[in-house]
Amino acid sequence: MIRRLRDSSLIPVSVVVAFIILIWYAGAVYLNSPVLIDRYERQKTEWNFEKLRQDAWAMERPILPAPHQILKDMNKSILQRKVTSKRSLVYHGWVTISSTLVGFGIGALLGIVLAVGIVYIPTLNRSVMPWIIASQTIPILAIAPMIIVGLGSIGLTGLFPKSIISAYLCFFPVTIGMVKGLRSPDPIHMDLMKTYCASDSHTFFKLRWPSSTPFLFASLKVSIAISLVGAIVGELPAGAQAGLGARLLTGSYYGQTIQIWSALICASILAAILVFLMIAIEKIVLKKMGGRLV
Amino acid sequence: MNGNWIIILISLIPIFTSMKMVFKKNYKNNIKNSLFLSISVIFGIYILLYGVHNIGSDKAGLGLWMYLFALCVMIWEMLSSWSEIDTSLNSKLNFVINLVVPVLFGISLLFLWQVLTVGLKIPHILLPSPLKIGIAFSNSIPMLWEDFQQTFLKAVLSGYFMGCFSGFIIAIMVDRIPFLQKGLLPLGNLISALPIIGIAPIMVMWFGFDWQSKAAVVVIMTFFPMLVNTITGLSVTGQIEKDLLHSYAANYWQNLILLRIPVSLPFVFNALKINSTLALIGAIVAEFFGTPIVGMGFRISAEIGRLNVDIVWATILVAAVSGSMFYALITICERSLTSWHPSIREN
Repeated sequence: MIRRLRDSSLIPVSVVVAFIILIWYAGAVYLNSPVLIDRYERQKTEWNFEKLRQDAWAMERPILPAPHQILKDMNKSILQRKVTSKRSLVYHGWVTISSTLVGFGIGALLGIVLAVGIVYIPTLNRSVMPWIIASQTIPILAIAPMIIVGLGSIGLTGLFPKSIISAYLCFFPVTIGMVKGLRSPDPIHMDLMKTYCASDSHTFFKLRWPSSTPFLFASLKVSIAISLVGAIVGELPAGAQAGLGARLLTGSYYGQTIQIWSALICASILAAILVFLMIAIEKIVLKKMGGRLV
Repeated sequence: MNGNWIIILISLIPIFTSMKMVFKKNYKNNIKNSLFLSISVIFGIYILLYGVHNIGSDKAGLGLWMYLFALCVMIWEMLSSWSEIDTSLNSKLNFVINLVVPVLFGISLLFLWQVLTVGLKIPHILLPSPLKIGIAFSNSIPMLWEDFQQTFLKAVLSGYFMGCFSGFIIAIMVDRIPFLQKGLLPLGNLISALPIIGIAPIMVMWFGFDWQSKAAVVVIMTFFPMLVNTITGLSVTGQIEKDLLHSYAANYWQNLILLRIPVSLPFVFNALKINSTLALIGAIVAEFFGTPIVGMGFRISAEIGRLNVDIVWATILVAAVSGSMFYALITICERSLTSWHPSIREN
């Protein structure tokens, strides 16, 4: 028991996290104090370090809010309000997550189809592959607002344009991973399939596809995380009224730092949940297939 | 009248070529035939571009679309004819063909884009034609250059170097303490998956509207991939090499500089490559949250509001080209510095 605890990374991780929170509290005092001291001196109130510390951790619009302030705000906007309320983070999170998942589905499917094409058609391999890599150097996130506005001008609004951005980000890791995965079977196994006189579709479904699943899941984990980023940035243009990205934007317009931070933490928690969900599915699927984790 | 005859004659060239391909016995995919095919495809492209720009205000007719369809089939044939040339004995030829095929593919895509946007009369706001983007680009080079300076040369490069360098240094420091390494690696992996870009509005509040706040976003975005990759890279050194250096009585620094950093270089370059696109994205997105009236992100959000979509696309072109060049530069460095690594030797 003790040995397992020593070997696992639980203790180091929690120590590092505790250290980060400590720095955060100290940073909150350090960054907020100039404003506070300025205010004290204008109002000519007596102040000492203890009062400064307390005020720095309880400002209404702090430069850096203390963690407990963010937690309080999250508690208020997640648990205290009705889920359907426009001020509930659950509502905004749901808006973001739905376009994330739709985009992820489209992107993953597109990525797999492209990878199969690249592996089976030599012309595609030579002509498309370099462009797929080049496509990722285009900062799509940066032009996301334009795509949203452009699609909005022909009447496409809401979930779909955001999903397109997520899908564009998603397909790349899936394609790259799947091309690698579909080519991963040993030549010996391919020869064996040949001696069985297996057709192309047999080779695909019985050999190439199963041996590519570990690669597929490795890419899907990356994909789902960037899919969320795509959805959030897709919500930044002024048109979007709902979603975590819209919360970030309104927060920055009105100087509501606590609101920004709680939207940010909420997005991080969502990302972590999505990735862990993917890991869980990976474990179940690989176990059912009798494979090993790569 | 005379000109029309020339046009019709040129438009027949691809048809003759395809006849030749179908009826000639022993047709083989060699360089001569591929070149011949490419030239006739270029004639076909010229004719289609000519036709689509001279049809007046109506949408293009059925005949043009059928010609386009036939030409697309020919383009596909051209690409496969190039890529099926036997290059197994000639590595120089292989290199050339690996370059020619994607370039031809890119040109064909641009051509399709032009013909479809003009022929279908797609609204300019939705998707301007490449020609219009090119004109907007050449008309606004001074403005685009200023944006490029503000966003790329100031914000991206300074943030990129600070982020990557500090990630690298801290990784080396963390590497000495196994406890920290165990604690930071899972956290760093988690943070790499988080939407860090959301930190942009906060950074704009802290560091003001100018490029410093964008550089700060870039620093934070590039730090964690670098940290995680370097820590992983430093831990892959083989036992045999370690033993060898131990038998030479090498101290920690000799070990680090002569063995472990070179071995970790593929991982470091992996992070540098990931970061090159992240940095550009971070800087441009951060400009949406507040900026002086210059910069690529500002240009995109301002011109889209005025519906000058072609300038927006010209800015995107600048971003894409500079991003690709940045990536290519890192790849060239990688190839010269890690030429011993199997993944590069394979090619």
